[in-house]
Amino acid sequence: MSAQHIEHKEPLLRLAKRDDIARPKAWAIRAAAILLALVTGGLIILALGHSPIEVYGSMIGGSLSKGRALRETVKKAIPLLGTALAIAPAFKMKFWNIGAEGQILAGAIAASYFALFWAERLPKTVLLVVMAAAAVIAGGLWGLIPAAFKARWGTNETLFTLMLNYIVLGFVKYLQAGPWGPDLNPNGYPKIPMFAEAALLPKALGVHIGWILVLALTVLMFVYLNYSKHGYEIAVVGESVRTAQYAGMDVPAIVRRTMFLSGGIAGLMGFLQVSGASGSLTENTAGGIGFTAITVAWLAKLDPFVMIAIAALLAVLEKGADTIQTIYTIPASAAEMLTGIILFFMLGCEFFINYRVILRGKGARK
Amino acid sequence: MGTGNYAIELRELTKTFGDVVANDKVSLALERGEILSLLGENGSGKTTLMNMLSGIYFPDGGEILVDGKPVTIRSPKDAHDLGIGMIHQHFKLVDVLTAAENIILGMKGKGRLDRKAVAREVRAISEKYGFEIDPDQKIYDMSVSQKQTVEIVKVLYRGANVLILDEPTAVLTPQETEKLFDVLRSMKADGKSIIIITHKLREVMEISDKVAVLRKGQYIGTVDTADTDPQRLTEMMVGRSVSLNIERPKTEYQDLRLEVKGLNCRRDDGVKALEDVTFQAMGGEILGIAGIAGSGQKELLESIAGLHKVESGHIFYYPPRPDSDLARTGLHVPTDKAGEELVGKTPTQIHQIGVSLAFVPEDRLGMGLVADMGMVGNMMLKSYQSGKGPLVDRKAPKALAEILKDELEIATPSISTPVRRLSGGNVQKVLVGREIASSPTVLMTAYPVRGLDINSAYTIYDLLNEQKKLGAAVILVGEDLDVLLELCDRIMVLCGGRVSGVVDAAKTTKEEVGLLMTHIPTDREEADA
Repeated sequence: MSAQHIEHKEPLLRLAKRDDIARPKAWAIRAAAILLALVTGGLIILALGHSPIEVYGSMIGGSLSKGRALRETVKKAIPLLGTALAIAPAFKMKFWNIGAEGQILAGAIAASYFALFWAERLPKTVLLVVMAAAAVIAGGLWGLIPAAFKARWGTNETLFTLMLNYIVLGFVKYLQAGPWGPDLNPNGYPKIPMFAEAALLPKALGVHIGWILVLALTVLMFVYLNYSKHGYEIAVVGESVRTAQYAGMDVPAIVRRTMFLSGGIAGLMGFLQVSGASGSLTENTAGGIGFTAITVAWLAKLDPFVMIAIAALLAVLEKGADTIQTIYTIPASAAEMLTGIILFFMLGCEFFINYRVILRGKGARK
Repeated sequence: MGTGNYAIELRELTKTFGDVVANDKVSLALERGEILSLLGENGSGKTTLMNMLSGIYFPDGGEILVDGKPVTIRSPKDAHDLGIGMIHQHFKLVDVLTAAENIILGMKGKGRLDRKAVAREVRAISEKYGFEIDPDQKIYDMSVSQKQTVEIVKVLYRGANVLILDEPTAVLTPQETEKLFDVLRSMKADGKSIIIITHKLREVMEISDKVAVLRKGQYIGTVDTADTDPQRLTEMMVGRSVSLNIERPKTEYQDLRLEVKGLNCRRDDGVKALEDVTFQAMGGEILGIAGIAGSGQKELLESIAGLHKVESGHIFYYPPRPDSDLARTGLHVPTDKAGEELVGKTPTQIHQIGVSLAFVPEDRLGMGLVADMGMVGNMMLKSYQSGKGPLVDRKAPKALAEILKDELEIATPSISTPVRRLSGGNVQKVLVGREIASSPTVLMTAYPVRGLDINSAYTIYDLLNEQKKLGAAVILVGEDLDVLLELCDRIMVLCGGRVSGVVDAAKTTKEEVGLLMTHIPTDREEADA
């Protein structure tokens, strides 16, 4: 009989989806993940010849101690939070917008145009409002393009939004090297000149007022996603396009509208970057924020209020990594590794929150 | 009798998914040359149990014995090697290949493929058991029943001694079902063992030697078919006695509500879905729509609801008389007497006129409900636009959800629990309940009892009858002819996208409807009848 060759053995590892997990248990898993990440990171620090406790201590000191360090950290957190908010409606709709980077730059370019050429002709408040509006529209349009193509021809939005990033980044380099760089700069450097005072955002508590703006946006986005008709439509489309059509929703219009909003908010972050954080447009204006923000949005499960905490955490890590580079002369790549390890463990632990691993022989529980 | 006599023996098989125990220590024995019906309501664990036997799931506990020897089945291939073959509800065939090619697909063989030998063997199997199959016919040219035949021959060709059929008659006409049963009987005579999963009691009584009943993952017992009857089997399945009669109340008046004239439309892939469909639906009656799956039922309902593009033809809507109960609800836009054309209107407009559609798709959730939302979120799917301002009004849907939960006895921890977590019956109550709550004048529903337990199914029938008594035109697409015959006033039969007949449900027979499902009578035949 052919049955003989089959041994009486069950697989070594099996996965079972958890139906529901108690909140305390989920947080215990997350805490364990962070602890493990710190231990793993500690081993790397040891291998580099430093004391893990000291290094971790200076990461925290360098990012959270009063004054300049804290202000710098907040400055890093602002665009992260804002861009995560921008991504949230698109992701909730299951429209994988990984083009926030390009939408930030599109907004930054539009804002910079008014900063460079209209600063003398407009009063400060009007100028800033015009810059912000231009940034929203430019970012929104840059987000609208892939949405329109997807709605009309079913193109893949992930590739499309990603590719658009490089186009707009190339355009920034062109502006830098040509029309907005040497031609405008008195000393002829291939750099876009610093904005006039009128085009710079005022400060509150030592940091540009962008922080107030993004906190207000957080509340607005929370209400928009959870309590508005638009938010409801986004949720239904994200869950099932068929159901949305069945309910009589105009799905392409919703997709376009939502992506305009998503791109628009990202564009606004571009405005904050050039007018608040750096005072000019460079090819590093977006600097990977559009991608890191995806991590923020994802870890926060698209909940705007949780995003505040995640954005703050990532800003602390980034600023901390900068600090230890200078203090311990740890190479930048190693410092980034530490950040990467923490993120990896945090994202990875979600797997263990969703699934149970069953070892051989442990299957029939209870 | 020693264990060696059993072809298959399951001992205390247990399988859990998360916190749900799908099978709780289920034991079962199958002798050679026996047909066993596995009976149970949806969610009772029939399919899970069979999937463990055919290697799709691995049990969490218990053991499986084949010919008296304990075995481990880790994959469908292991099951094949043990001579166990499963015929799934959804066929797993490659459309562009022939029957013979599908049959040998994935099998190990020598370098060269001897098509002639394969065809010869396929023919031999067919003759032996009474199949009608052409080894060289392509799958895409085949009817549903022919495809099923290929699946069965495929399993036999691979030397299966134990065949598991998962709801094999769901896709067949009554005549095809008879043919299938003949084949099963001759396989049984040849010493094969057969397990058939079904929830149609009449078929259980007709085909099987023994019936094993599962309820909520528990094994209830096995009885000899000869010693039992549908009433007793139902009690085993449900756990208490239930009445199996469906009401067909008479209504006082029937008035023309919906008139479809010469409707044509195509499926998304360009194939003609409806051809010259003409019929009328009356207020105060239930019009059943029968037909083999995919005969245009879905497209017809979707066309009326404005969800499917109409190529040509008309759909006229006639409002209820001003003095009727329905008109008094005041929810409906008054229209002139001539009838309002629905073709060209948006789904929302049609819904506002009072035409409502509750379509229960195969996966039950993909359409009409948002799985991740609670009852409240789902209640407002079609009405979320109604309030003023940019924010949604959750008060009205919340109140509605509470009412439905109480009235329909929907089992849910709370009205904000995602409907994804509710059982099938409760999901359908949410869907059908919502459509009825908008007090429609035309209520279209497709497969509203699909996969429901008996009790829930009867609740749904009652709901439909209630709407009929109120004066709504109820259009019901159903799978179970027995139910259609008992519940409906008239039955329209679709065959390949065309209307092959409209019959009086009280006077017709299952055979007549079955014939119409596969055959469109010519004018002369109709004159003779």
